[in-house]
Amino acid sequence: MNFFVCVCLCGSVANKLRKTAEKEFKNMEQKELRETEDKCIQEQPAYCVAACPIHVDVRTLIWQIKQGKWEDARKTLNKTMPFAGILGRICDHPCENHCKRREAGDPVAISALERCCVQKVSLLPKISFLPSKTQKIAILSGGLRSLTAAWDLIRKGYKIHIFTEQNRLGESLWDLPESLLPKEVIEKEFSVLEKLGAQIHLNAEKDMGFFKANPGSKEFDAVYAPPENERFLAPLEMTWLVSPINEALEGRKAAVTIDRQIQKVSLTAGREKEGPYKTRLFTSIENIAPLPLTPMSHPESGYTPEEAIQEAERCLQCQCLECVKACLYLEHFKGYPKKYAREIYNNESIVMGERKGNTLVNSCSLCGLCEVICPNDFSMADVCRNARTSMVKRGKMPPSAHEFALRDMAFSNGEKFALSKHEPGHEKSEYLFFPGCQLSASSPGHVETVYDFLRSHLKGGVGLMLRCCGAPADWAAREEIFQAGLETLEAQWEALGRPKMILVCSTCYSIFKRSLSHINIISLWEILEKYYAFSLSDADKGCLALHDPCTTRHEPQIRETVRSLLKNAGYKIEELKYSGEQTTCCGYGGLMSNANPALAKAVIQRRAEESESDFVAYCAMCRDALSSAGKRTLHLLDILFPSDDADPASQKPPTYSQRHENRARLKEHLCQILWKENVSDMADHEDLMLNIAPEVEKQMDERRILKSDIQKVIRYAEESGNRFYNSKTGHWLAAYQPVNVTYWAEYSVSDSVFVIHNAYCHRMTIAEGKR
Amino acid sequence: MSQYYEASLLEEWNCAKCGAALKPAKVDIAYMGSQFTIELPKCEICGLVLIPESLARGKMAEVEKILEDK
Ligand code: SF4
Ligand code: SF4
Ligand code: SF4
Ligand SMILES: [Zn+2]
Repeated sequence: MNFFVCVCLCGSVANKLRKTAEKEFKNMEQKELRETEDKCIQEQPAYCVAACPIHVDVRTLIWQIKQGKWEDARKTLNKTMPFAGILGRICDHPCENHCKRREAGDPVAISALERCCVQKVSLLPKISFLPSKTQKIAILSGGLRSLTAAWDLIRKGYKIHIFTEQNRLGESLWDLPESLLPKEVIEKEFSVLEKLGAQIHLNAEKDMGFFKANPGSKEFDAVYAPPENERFLAPLEMTWLVSPINEALEGRKAAVTIDRQIQKVSLTAGREKEGPYKTRLFTSIENIAPLPLTPMSHPESGYTPEEAIQEAERCLQCQCLECVKACLYLEHFKGYPKKYAREIYNNESIVMGERKGNTLVNSCSLCGLCEVICPNDFSMADVCRNARTSMVKRGKMPPSAHEFALRDMAFSNGEKFALSKHEPGHEKSEYLFFPGCQLSASSPGHVETVYDFLRSHLKGGVGLMLRCCGAPADWAAREEIFQAGLETLEAQWEALGRPKMILVCSTCYSIFKRSLSHINIISLWEILEKYYAFSLSDADKGCLALHDPCTTRHEPQIRETVRSLLKNAGYKIEELKYSGEQTTCCGYGGLMSNANPALAKAVIQRRAEESESDFVAYCAMCRDALSSAGKRTLHLLDILFPSDDADPASQKPPTYSQRHENRARLKEHLCQILWKENVSDMADHEDLMLNIAPEVEKQMDERRILKSDIQKVIRYAEESGNRFYNSKTGHWLAAYQPVNVTYWAEYSVSDSVFVIHNAYCHRMTIAEGKR
Repeated sequence: MSQYYEASLLEEWNCAKCGAALKPAKVDIAYMGSQFTIELPKCEICGLVLIPESLARGKMAEVEKILEDK
């Protein structure tokens, strides 16, 4: 979606060329957008609307009836249906054969609803503005078809003359039974023609004869002579001989042709949707209980309004929204992908002014669920990813959206955590264990146990690599950071002799698969399936609801392996509504929780509510997200490698500061016990002892303030003396800006421990020289 | 922007370095290439400026978001 033009010419020719080039690119973008948008068929007409020969907006009509808004319903009908008082009573409803409801009960009685509506409200169409054209058109009949043509042409501004040999308009409509179509309705409905200026020539045998003899009349610009009118109803069986709605359609088509002839424009272009067609809409009837037709107490007079409302309630209000039902993010912004794609496109084109779409673009978890669910494979993730890439390239990415996650990644790839080594005592590595940054942050103990397990079961040396796979940079569309991370990773892997890599985290797995496809990888779960010795007691350990991480969506073998591990461990698995290929994201994916913490919270809350059972996850982030929503959740490793913790399902997720500490300590600890190396090199500020009350710590975590940030503030304040003092409380207040964010700490000192009372931060800075 | 802090701040806090009182002063604050002048408590002597929590998490956060989306 991005095009960068660099045209270095001068003069007006150059300007013109540049303009043409820009326009062309714009057109290309537009085309691409339309192709993307077009995949979402949410705005396609409902089945009934497409099947209706004149495309009455049935869905809206029924919606209005359902709410008892009868006048609105009549207005909806008047918009498309000529002489709705008549046609609304007698339409032979070909639409009903296509009504989606018929797949769950009887089709909605659309025509009976229309009839009830026009019986209840007799409201003639209001025409407030008539264009004025000079051309005159003769209509040679007073039948429904001709009068429809007349009606359409009058509204286009033509001067209309209607000729009939009879003494009234309507022809065989007058034969219909009074109970179905009262005579006064016929008169009243057709009266609008004259009101709008049509000249009506009754008993006009002479004129008709003249037109027959002189088909190319000079007086009129067009003459419309429909085929002989036939009777509508077979008198005895009361079945339709001629379809009234098709008569109206034919009249409408004739009007379009006549108009185009007079205007000398293409007679055929853009007429595909004239008459019934097949909609591309998809509407699911899953979970829709079948319902029979609402009975009519008096068939000859049709539904009573109450009966009609009841019948209207059976209408499914057909639409798609399959993805929106599944994804809270899509629901949250109150639209659907087609609308979002347009909004995001517009967002991209804003040069000056507020880009309201930024949050929309940055909140998607890029989890890919929508694409799997959509009948047309619409991928909102692709739309958002492309938009993020373009925002970064144009320098329009809001700095706060992803900065914290990128700092976290930088930490993991820095000296405090990153490590790449052969197994102690080995010169070669057949395998390389890559636990990932998040498992190390969340359960460092498991990294150690699993590494022990791997070393004792696999031959040829199992090296260890601690770092981040780069997913945060990829999600944030920071291509340079992402590539730089991959290059280092690759170089270290080369240096260890290109070992086969054992991955735990499925996000790492997906990154390796896509961006490091030459590296041979295997998931830890597959290794465990092969080497883990389950105790033979087939004790029933109970049932766990299994949450698949979104990055296993396209990894069925991993999902299967995990299921088999759980079964072998004695657990029954409860499959959630959204699982396997259709699993939902925990809110961390795509950095949703960074760009839109409130939404990520709602996402995981809804996930947690999908089952009463305890959950089991096999991604550290998923587990921590579920735990933070108050859901008892086990990590698969808690089951396979139990620790001393008696109730691991209740483990609280670590704060961001603890995540850093856990990683750093893990490295320190492993280096010490396995490689006998001392790596502790605390930075200056880190030896400050802090005392932080749990509420303050929680608040700091929510504000994404790390302990190390606060230590830097204090170190700075103590050294420079730049701080404020409150003599009443005895608290100090100071600020420090390590990079982009300024952190404030309110603290007091007791026995060389710094007690933190409050911490906050902002991004605005005091302008240079003014401080 | 005008005054975005509670007047009591001026009494509660002192500049620890100078021991001086804080006085309301016009301060220029900037983000993403935009600059505003607001009134904030400032040390009369060394010019150290106090940005209170209510401002940082309130109006300032709002303006930051608007500027980021510009
Ligand atoms: S599933 Fe979503 S994206 Fe796909 S057609 Fe339906 S509304 Fe549009
Ligand atoms: S269920 Fe309602 S909206 Fe759907 S096709 Fe039938 S009448 Fe139309
Ligand atoms: S969060 Fe997932 S399902 Fe929702 S729009 Fe983004 S990629 Fe699609
Ligand atoms: Zn001072």
